[in-house]
Amino acid sequence: MYSMKKNWWKALSVVLLLYVAVAGLLMPVPRLAILNETIRNLYFHVPMWFGMTFVLLASVYYSVRYLRNPTPELDIQAHESARTGILMGFVGLATGSIWAKYTWGAWWTNDPKLNGAAIAMLIYGAYLVLRSSFTDEQQRARISAIYNIFAFATAMPLFYILPRLTDSLHPGAGGNPAFAKYDLDSNMRLVFYPAVIGWTLLAFWLAQLASRVSLLKLKLYEKQLA
Amino acid sequence: MQKDFRLEWRQRAALNGMLLYVSSTVFVCYLCFSSRGGQLPAPAWNALFWIVLLFSAVNAVAKGFLQESRGRMLYYYTLVRPQAVILAKIAYNTLLLLGLALVALLLYSVVLGNPVQNVPLFVGNVVLGAVGFASTLTLVSGIAAKATNSSTLMAVLGFPLMVPMLLLLIKVSKNALDGLEFEASQSSLLTLVALNMIVGAVSYLLFPFLWRS
Repeated sequence: MYSMKKNWWKALSVVLLLYVAVAGLLMPVPRLAILNETIRNLYFHVPMWFGMTFVLLASVYYSVRYLRNPTPELDIQAHESARTGILMGFVGLATGSIWAKYTWGAWWTNDPKLNGAAIAMLIYGAYLVLRSSFTDEQQRARISAIYNIFAFATAMPLFYILPRLTDSLHPGAGGNPAFAKYDLDSNMRLVFYPAVIGWTLLAFWLAQLASRVSLLKLKLYEKQLA
Repeated sequence: MQKDFRLEWRQRAALNGMLLYVSSTVFVCYLCFSSRGGQLPAPAWNALFWIVLLFSAVNAVAKGFLQESRGRMLYYYTLVRPQAVILAKIAYNTLLLLGLALVALLLYSVVLGNPVQNVPLFVGNVVLGAVGFASTLTLVSGIAAKATNSSTLMAVLGFPLMVPMLLLLIKVSKNALDGLEFEASQSSLLTLVALNMIVGAVSYLLFPFLWRS
């Protein structure tokens, strides 16, 4: 949190996302059967997963630092980053579900990536349940940090290894070409990469704001006690 | 570490209970399906087998930490390094789950028939599954034991974490049921081994922190 105190990256995030919203909806896209105009969802659906992965990675980083050097700030940052990751995951599931309805014809299909994402949400839901079942703050912080690291190590294969081993409706798996091959022409790259960076920065911004609020709450609470 | 293992082995009162648990679960499955003539289609056979194993694994491993008294934990703490404790626990749980899985497989094939065509592959897969379940659930039970509502937490934390492993296991055992050659499931088996190693290594690294509290 303190290493990212400067504001330039927040401005960058706003500028990039404004650009993505305008250019993503107006720029020309390739005409593809079935996908048609829904291909523009690429700028919103895919970056969610990038943002989620990075912000969960940050959460693990804070958890590791917490185990080495236990301070309440690190615990709050790990917790809020994980919560932001869950939020990004749900938005990713929602955008993906809408996209699936218009291209594959159903809100939910039995696709390894969808199931993996749903299970990852369950794993992180369990993280929140675990946190709420402790009364002692230090114990809660340490044990949820341990679970957070463990969960990340088992959840990431779900996203990045298993779907590549099985057939999937998603591009880039089970014989379907990855998007680099057919649907990501150079015009789309001009919007897609900024979208990934913009949404990832927004995720970090959200996590930072949430941890600052929690930290202020903690300080207020301590002040009341004193 | 060997001594620790023996300490584990000595309090195996849970073992008989678990054996009975597995047998009654299998028998309940049998009775539920006996209305259809007792013969299951292969995919259902496969799914039911892994569900039986999953639930008995969660119950068996949960006993390990939840039943330890605080005094005994303190006693271990003064005697051995935490790494030795987690390795011993994982080893013990692996053996326990292997025993349970083999008993379950035996009973299951007796009452519900055995459609497995590639037996070595299937048994190897069950062994890998037992190791994976043991290493995942040992740390989870350690975590759950610290919290207030442990038995619920054990299921909530454990099930989603085991899903990646379970997906691979079911895929390989489906191949074994269909009698495909070893090559068809090689990559899944390798991923399974890698996943087991990741989980084991992470447990090994994290357990000392859990131990301290």
